[in-house]
Amino acid sequence: MDITLRVWRQANSRAKGKMAVYKVNDISEHMSFLEVLDVLNERLTLQGEDPIAFDSDCREGICGMCGVVINGVAHGPQQTTTCQLHMRSFSDGDVIDVEPWRADPFPVIKDLVVDRSAFDRIIQAGGYISAPTGTAPDAHATPVPKRDADRAFDAATCISCGACVAACPNGSAMLFTAAKITHLGLLPQGQPERYSRVVGMVAQHDVEGFGGCTNIGECTAVCPKEIPFETISRLNRDLISALTHGGSHWPKAAPRRDELEEEEDDIIGF
Amino acid sequence: MARRAKNYRNDGDSVYRLFYDTVKGGDFRARESNVYRLAEVSVEIIDQCVAQGVPFAREYGGLLDNRSFGGVQVSRTFYARGQTGQQLLIGAYQALERQIAAETVAMHTRHEMLELIVVDGRARGVVIRDMVTGGIETHFADAVVLATGGYGNVFYLSTNAVGCNVTATWRAHRKGAYFANPCFTQIHPTCIPVSGEHQSKLTLMSESLRNDGRIWVPKSGEDKRDPRKIPEQDRDYYLERIYPSFGNLVPRDIASRAAKNVCDEGRGVGPGGLGVYLDFADAIARLGRPAVEAKYGNLFSMYAQITGEDPYQTPMRIYPAVHYTMGGLWVDYDLQASIPGLYVTGEANFSDHGANRLGASALMQGLADGYFVLPNTINDYLADGPFPKVAESHPAAVEAVQAVRARIDKLLSVNGSRTVDSFHKELGRVMWDYCGMERSEEGLRKALNRIRELKKEFWSDVRVLGTNEELNQALERAGRVADFFELGELMCIDALVRRESCGGHFRVESQTPDGEALRDDDEFAYVSAWEFGGDRRPVLHKEPLFYEYVEMKQRSYK
Repeated sequence: MDITLRVWRQANSRAKGKMAVYKVNDISEHMSFLEVLDVLNERLTLQGEDPIAFDSDCREGICGMCGVVINGVAHGPQQTTTCQLHMRSFSDGDVIDVEPWRADPFPVIKDLVVDRSAFDRIIQAGGYISAPTGTAPDAHATPVPKRDADRAFDAATCISCGACVAACPNGSAMLFTAAKITHLGLLPQGQPERYSRVVGMVAQHDVEGFGGCTNIGECTAVCPKEIPFETISRLNRDLISALTHGGSHWPKAAPRRDELEEEEDDIIGF
Repeated sequence: MARRAKNYRNDGDSVYRLFYDTVKGGDFRARESNVYRLAEVSVEIIDQCVAQGVPFAREYGGLLDNRSFGGVQVSRTFYARGQTGQQLLIGAYQALERQIAAETVAMHTRHEMLELIVVDGRARGVVIRDMVTGGIETHFADAVVLATGGYGNVFYLSTNAVGCNVTATWRAHRKGAYFANPCFTQIHPTCIPVSGEHQSKLTLMSESLRNDGRIWVPKSGEDKRDPRKIPEQDRDYYLERIYPSFGNLVPRDIASRAAKNVCDEGRGVGPGGLGVYLDFADAIARLGRPAVEAKYGNLFSMYAQITGEDPYQTPMRIYPAVHYTMGGLWVDYDLQASIPGLYVTGEANFSDHGANRLGASALMQGLADGYFVLPNTINDYLADGPFPKVAESHPAAVEAVQAVRARIDKLLSVNGSRTVDSFHKELGRVMWDYCGMERSEEGLRKALNRIRELKKEFWSDVRVLGTNEELNQALERAGRVADFFELGELMCIDALVRRESCGGHFRVESQTPDGEALRDDDEFAYVSAWEFGGDRRPVLHKEPLFYEYVEMKQRSYK
């Protein structure tokens, strides 16, 4: 099949970008979308033109590196990662727009490559369980109800690709943050830090410049791992608990009320 | 999947049994003492991961679920749906981010190690390139740890992520670290076949599919009918025929080679004839579609996504692909390389799997090395410190930085007529054809000649556009492919010298009358540790292997 790609080209984070048009002929419907970019890059290189920079690594839908916006939709027309999108989802003669994730906290490094280290900093703000290596109790010491384990797992499948941010009209990373809150907050091991975690992560989310969540739900429409929307409700509930009750029903875990009030302005935004 | 000798099932699992299975699975080419330690610390790994919040599968009583997996007879594999590796990685990532927040770790993302700095015979630092700005930086330390993974991408197509490469370990090898058993690579039997020239990566289908799927090809190579229309009597269920007692569940190396053999006979299926059927029609008839869906639903949809075919309706097509490299930098019991102060962990070292790795044990080894072995062994080395400070102006550091710059300049200045990927693909093809599932004296010599020619051609005709001072992905790949050429050469030499078959290394000259791998324990019960030879031949150092607790035997799966 023959297609036309209109691709965002931007030399570096400071440069101004623009769309460039490339005809890509003789491609197979079995190619993945990234393989079309590979083929185009081979041809560009031989013509002496700078190949298009794009991120990818595992190319089997689990590392979260490869997201781009295709025809205005994060990861394109199938609800999967860009590397798992194949050309049989398109038709001969199609004109396809390819852009990087668009969000201030994800600055473009070059062409389709963005810097998503803001996600790392959100994790640093509490997206973990403090368990120093070497002191762990026996794995069977605390049973976990299967239902909780399964729902924690559903949330843990998040690959931090950032499609939720790219899709959200507010540029919010709430689905990403909520997936982690849900994964760790449903497990007994995650309880001691449950409330300090949600306060810390949401505060960092806002510091990074991600927008607020207004329950639009675009994020779940593009999430390749189908992280459920209810994770955001869970995050909100934990956040409200932490801020209003000081998490008093979790005596050991709760951040103290006076600790929280200082941060309140940052978090709620009033 | 991740293996531990927990004996939660009271089925007689023990540290000894895990140790025994691993030594035997490695076809008696692993170091016994290392494997025993691995089995011992395996018990603690699952505790650590659960404490970190890794969501392993649970039973209704809330306890962890286990599975039997990959050629062992006890249920010791803990799992997290089909994504155990990913979940363990996320657990380790979160723990790492916590340390970054505590400022005990400084993280440099989008940086690549391009040279090791050796001062007075000790590893004292690295030269790294910032892949966004092109900045070349030096970092100094009392010791250097490489946890940089395996080198399966020397074959171009593999199940590894496309970014995986050998550069960090190869650069250390060039600085004096021995490279051990480079020819020991694992070819996994159940991958989705190549669909065309454009293929950039191969996808693994879980080995568990072999529990219920039946593998077959048409009896005649001329038979191009739709597989559903081929009657039973015209099908060859070759694994069930050749290995009646293990059938479709023979170990990875054997299943892979059998698939290659039937395809070499011209009976392969799908585009290019490089594929065999993995058929679930019987399982669906026996168990019903809902049961098959519950077990393998995610794998079936992954297959459908990639191939556009519905495996509930028509048999899957599979073919072997490179999956893991057992070889790596040589390390002692403390995981220290032959350069003092250089430590190597996980797939990057050679230590625990011998000539064949058992399913689910890569994660076990990576976590054991990092969580439990290295924190103890490296202290012994650090206790000799503090070592004298190394300045940026130290001749060894200056030389290393200059070498990095010179190489980058050279790659950018060739401006030839072929792309980096075209060289990588050609190298991969040579490695796959001659140093893949089957190796012969003649083929390996042919490969050596071809690799040397290609390497020369690469340095005189590669085209890398752009500059160093930007994100330049072709430049990154060019440096890695240049190292793959040198590694590929060493792999072929190692395979040539090892005139026996063992595990994943099958020399056609060394087989039993019925075509199985034939070890030669008198001659080859050693680890080959190669010293870099520069322009001359590499030097072989042999570490003899002794088996005090497990008797050396011929593996048999008939």
